[in-house]
Formats: sequence, C-alpha cells, structure tokens
Amino acid sequence: MKDPQLVLPEAFGDAIEGIETFRGQLTIYVAASHIVEVARFCRDTDGLRYVFLSEVMAADYYPSVPRFGISYQLYSMLYNRRLRLKVMWSEGDPDVPSVTELWPAANWHEREVYDMFGIPFDGHPDLRRLLMPPDWEGHPLRKDYPLGYETVQFSFNVDEINKHKPYARKNGDER
Amino acid sequence: MGGISEKLGNMGVVTTTLEQAVNWGRTRAMWPMLFGLACCAIEMMSTQAPRYDASRFGMELMRASPRQSDLMIVAGRVTRKMAPVLRHLYDQMPDPKWVLAMGDCCSCGGVFNNYAIVQGVDEIVPVDVYVAGCPPRPEQLIHGFLTLHEKVKEMRWSDWATK
Amino acid sequence: MTLEKFANWEGTVDELKGLVSERALTGETMMLNMGPQHPSTHGVLRVLLELEGEEVVNCIPDIGYLHTGIEKNMEYKTYEKSIVMTDRMDYLNPMGNNLVYCLAMEKLFELDVPPRAQIARVILTELTRINSHLVWLGIGGLDLGVTSTMTYCFREREILLDIFELVSGQRMMSTYFRPGGLWRDLPDEFEAAVRHVLDTFPAKFDDYENIFVGHPVFIDRTQGIGFISAEDAIAYGLTGPMLRASGINWDIRKAEPYSSYDQFEFDVPTGQHGDVYDRYMVRFEEMRQSLRIIEQGLNMLPDGPFRSDNRKYVPPPRSELGRSMEAVIHHFKLWTEGFRPPKGEVYVSTESPRGELGCYLVSDGSPNPWRVHFRTPTFTNLSALAKLSKGYMIADVVAIIGSIDIVLGDVDR
Repeated sequence: MKDPQLVLPEAFGDAIEGIETFRGQLTIYVAASHIVEVARFCRDTDGLRYVFLSEVMAADYYPSVPRFGISYQLYSMLYNRRLRLKVMWSEGDPDVPSVTELWPAANWHEREVYDMFGIPFDGHPDLRRLLMPPDWEGHPLRKDYPLGYETVQFSFNVDEINKHKPYARKNGDER
Repeated sequence: MGGISEKLGNMGVVTTTLEQAVNWGRTRAMWPMLFGLACCAIEMMSTQAPRYDASRFGMELMRASPRQSDLMIVAGRVTRKMAPVLRHLYDQMPDPKWVLAMGDCCSCGGVFNNYAIVQGVDEIVPVDVYVAGCPPRPEQLIHGFLTLHEKVKEMRWSDWATK
Repeated sequence: MTLEKFANWEGTVDELKGLVSERALTGETMMLNMGPQHPSTHGVLRVLLELEGEEVVNCIPDIGYLHTGIEKNMEYKTYEKSIVMTDRMDYLNPMGNNLVYCLAMEKLFELDVPPRAQIARVILTELTRINSHLVWLGIGGLDLGVTSTMTYCFREREILLDIFELVSGQRMMSTYFRPGGLWRDLPDEFEAAVRHVLDTFPAKFDDYENIFVGHPVFIDRTQGIGFISAEDAIAYGLTGPMLRASGINWDIRKAEPYSSYDQFEFDVPTGQHGDVYDRYMVRFEEMRQSLRIIEQGLNMLPDGPFRSDNRKYVPPPRSELGRSMEAVIHHFKLWTEGFRPPKGEVYVSTESPRGELGCYLVSDGSPNPWRVHFRTPTFTNLSALAKLSKGYMIADVVAIIGSIDIVLGDVDR
C-alpha cells in the first residue's frame, strides 16, 4: 500500500499541481494534459489500485480563474480508500483528455459534464448532449446561466399568467 | 335491478335523457392512460393497488396506448424535453378525452421553478382537473376522479362534437 | 425542441452516423424506437434499438426526459431548505437521499449526530430499502409476466408507508432527516409498528420468492440473460445489486460504514453468474437482511436527544423560544439567513437500494451551497445497458431494464 501523496509527485513531477486534504479527503490537482496518464498510473500501479471510477463531475468557480474544476472520484476496492483527482480548466484551454479508454463508466459522466458545463473532452467516442434536448442553447449549470425562474401564479395575477397558458381555462369558463 | 323488476312485474324501463345515459356510461368505464412520469406515478399505482382500489370507480383499466384511452393522468413533472412528447400523445388520444393534472409539479411547477420544468402542464394541453399535493395521496387522486366524473355528468350533447 | 419542429420532424440518416453500425444505415438491420412512453421502461426512458430479426445488435439509451434541474435549484436555496429537493430525486428512496445529503453537510460542518438519531436513521433507511425493493419486485413481475405480485407488493408497501407517515407526516416525501439528527423525535407508536413489520414480512417474502422461483416463465426469461462479468462490472462502474450479482462482495455499508452501520451484523448477498436471475435473488436476500438490521436497530435504540445541540447549525426547540433570548436570536438567524459553513469540498457515499449514492458538496462559505452533485447509482448502471443487452432477444431488453432497477428521477435528476 503506497501513499498517493508521495508516489504521484515522484512519478509525474510538475504535472501534479497541488495536494489538498480537507476533512480527511485527499484531493490531488493534476494538469489537464496529464490526466489520462495519472489516472492510468493510479489504476494499474501495485499499491495504489484505484480500479473503480465512482464519478466524474464538474463545478463552476466563476469568477475565479481557472474557472471550472473537474473531479474524478477514484476508489480502491483492495485498500478501501478514496482519491479525488482534480483538473482545473478555463474556456480557451485545450480540450480535457477523456478517460473513457480507461473506464467505460466515464462515458456518460463526461457527456453530462459537457452538457451541463460545456467542457469538451478530447477522445470521447460520443460527445453529445445527454440530459438536455439536442437543440438546447447554453449549459445550465454554469453560474452565468439563469435559473429560469417564472413568476408564480397567485390569485392576484391569475390573468397575467394565464396569458401564456393558452390552454388554461378560467374558473367556470366554457363547459 | 333485474331482481326488483321481476318481482314488481313489468317495471324494467327507466326513462332518462340520452345525455345522462351516455355521460353515466362514460364515467363508469373510463380508461386512463398509463402515463407515469415521476413520483406521482408511484402514488397512481398505489391508487390501483389493493388498499385504495380505483376499480371501485371504474378507473382501473390503465392502457399503455393513447389510442385506447380517454383520460390522461399527467403524473409527475413535465420537462421541456418531455413536453413535445406529451402533446403528441394527447393528440393521439381519441375524443372525447380529458386531462387530469396530478400533483403540484404538473399543475403549476411545484417546487421546481427552473429552466427544465414546464410551469404547469396547462401550457401544453387543456386540463380538466388539478389535484394538489406533492405527491397527492391516493385519496386525493380518487377525489380528483370523482370531481372529473361530476364534470363529465354535466356535459351537454352539444359539447360532444367539440370535446 | 419546439412543438412545431417536433411535429414536422423528419429525421435524416446522417444523425445516426457513428452511433449505429453501417448495416443499419443501409437498411440491413432495423431501428426500433422504444419509449419514452412505454409500460416497461419504468418511466420515461427512451431506447433506440438496432435489431437483426429479434436479436439486439445495438442499443442506444436516450435519457433526460425527467431532467428536473435539481442540482441547479439547490444552489438557489439554503442548505436546510434544499433538503426537500433531494426527496424528489430518487423517489423510491427518499430517506436515503435525505441521508446522503445530511451526511455530506455533517461532514462539511463537522456536526455531531446523537446515537438515537443515528440508529433511527439506519432503521428508516432500511425500511425504505424494503419499500424500494417491493416496488421493483412488483413492477419487475409485471414486466416478466408474473402479474399478480404487483398487487401483493403494493399491499405490503402500504404498511411501510404508514410508518413513514407516522414519523414524518408524509407518505413518500418525508424530509425527515435534517443536519444533526431528525426533524422530530420518533413517536411512541413507532416501535410497535416496526415490530409488526418484523413479524409479518418474512413469511411474505417467502411467498414472493416461491411465486418467482417456481415460475417456469420467470426462470426462462431471466437465467443466462443480461450477463456481465466482474471485470466489466467494475469498468462500467456498476454498483449495488448489479455489482454483487456479478460476484463482487462490495457494499458501502460494510466497506465504509456510515451512520453507525458498523454496529450491525448482516450479510452481503452475492451472486455468481451476473445475470438477471442473480440480481433478483440478491435483492430478495437483501430484503431479509434489511429486516435483520431493523430488528437489531430496534433492540439497541437508545434514549436521549434526537438532534444535535450545536446552535450554530441546529435551530433551538420550540420550548426554549419562550425562555431564552439567545434561542430566539438563533432561531431567527437560522430560519431567515441560514448558517455559514466553512469553505471546502466533501464527497460522501452511501449504499442506496440501487447502488452507490454519493453527494459531492462544494461550499464557498455562503448560506447557499455553491455546487451540489449527486452521484446516482442508476445513472451509471444504465450506461451499461448497451453492453448488457447486446446479442439478446428484444423481449429480454425488458427483463434487463427491470433488473437494473432504474428510477428515472434518479438517472436524470
């Protein structure tokens, strides 16, 4: 059993951009260009064996730069411990390499990240929108995308809201 | 009725209007469409299940095909991606047809006031009965059924052509 | 897609390029659309099947018909207010969703949970697990032609829903778990109600198993169908009964015990063949193990507080409001502004009835969460559908979808 905090900087040098521990959870920041090699190293090296990819998710840290953080939750079934690899990315950077060749599980997770944040993945076999309709504009989970709140209909504004509900009937109307 | 009419002799005739007879028939054999979307669909199934037993009201025969159903129970939240599909299914249902919006989400958007959810299914299809609750209890849904029955019973023959 | 566009849509073959084989483009194999309104897709899943006769050559799931924007909406609510959104995610496992979100918050705040609340959480989540498996069994039976089980399973499920209503006032969307403990204390009638479940359910589980195991149609439609090997299951990220049916004994309740699961004794059932039949059997056994856990929990349920008394995060009880000015201030602060947790990111995972349910919580120090992400089990499990159904008959796809136990609210969020 090896300590990823020691092994990874030794093996990859500058590609490891930082190490952080919060509430006992280890996060290792990796340069976007090296994520596939680092992930393969974590998966295949004896003593690490992070064979299971739980999820790939992203967060928008607007307005700080780099703007997006993509987290890979790895789990080692042999040693029963978790590791989070994190890639920071901004718009205009080269596409993030896809880890689908290592774990087919990443396929939908990366598609979801692409759909929700607009982060493109290089080498992904089928990068399309997953949850939103194909012709949707914008990426909903970005911080500059509005929630899409609509005014709630109460008794004082029934008529106003009914204007854009062509099929709604007023009380006692028609039939 | 058969037993009584035999005892009383020649009493096997009930007079009514055509409207009432047809409307009564419609309420007693309404075929809802099996159209579960989200959480409310589970409560809709509970309504069919033994404890609540919607067949007491003639509402138990769920059809998977819109071509065979009279009532669309929109059970759950309607997303912008699902909305065209829902309208398509509604258009495929034969007349006369009714829509029951089950739950807060499809009545008015409920707690999900955001980009993904249609704020009330009445933006897409005409709704006859709204049932509140998140999700509504089976009793509430049954009350919705009975309210719809009342509405159907008051239909005039002149409405039949348009409905 | 607007209504007009949908009505006049004329698909082109180009849209399918890269997704399906060349044979489909030339018309040698047939493309068949299944869903999103289909009785066997358990909601609004849409699957595009490429068929050669009856055999499935390829299968492309299309999800998102129930994408609710829960994660986005939670960013606009305070931590405590956003718990209600989690219930509606996986609507067969509302208590489990509450639990994972509360655990993530407690990890972030370093909030303690009293032992009574921890044991009560275990009992209630295990009841929810049985509830969820009962619905899966009933609907799975409908898919496979064992139609009578649906009425039986829903009959038993009502007894469980009565317990949830007893503790929280709501049948399904209970929002009973709060950061630091429970919303209210367990009522006095709780123990008798759960004992009734413990007394009556084992015989009923035996009945159901007899209905299924002795049913030749069921055996024919499940054994050897939807096979996935252990290596593939890990690579595809399968969790829960799907993974255990392939022979891997991994259960987060055992591996990374949370909420006092380490005090309980239970077995983790596994299968050997990784087919639909084994997934059924694993879930059957899980229901019995859940009863074991519930019984132990009831026996060890301690008295004492049901919610943490850390006034930074937990509002004071009503009884204190009339006596203490400080309590009034805390109450006012917590219900108007909410609390301000430390900055940081945590990931917490639990074992939901369907697999690993994780919550990734990012806090920027404000009263609203900066980002909440749920790692939902059926999202990943469903992504393996193409792998699972290739080479089987079209009727088997229904059995395979049923064995994944999808809940579309869980997939799409």
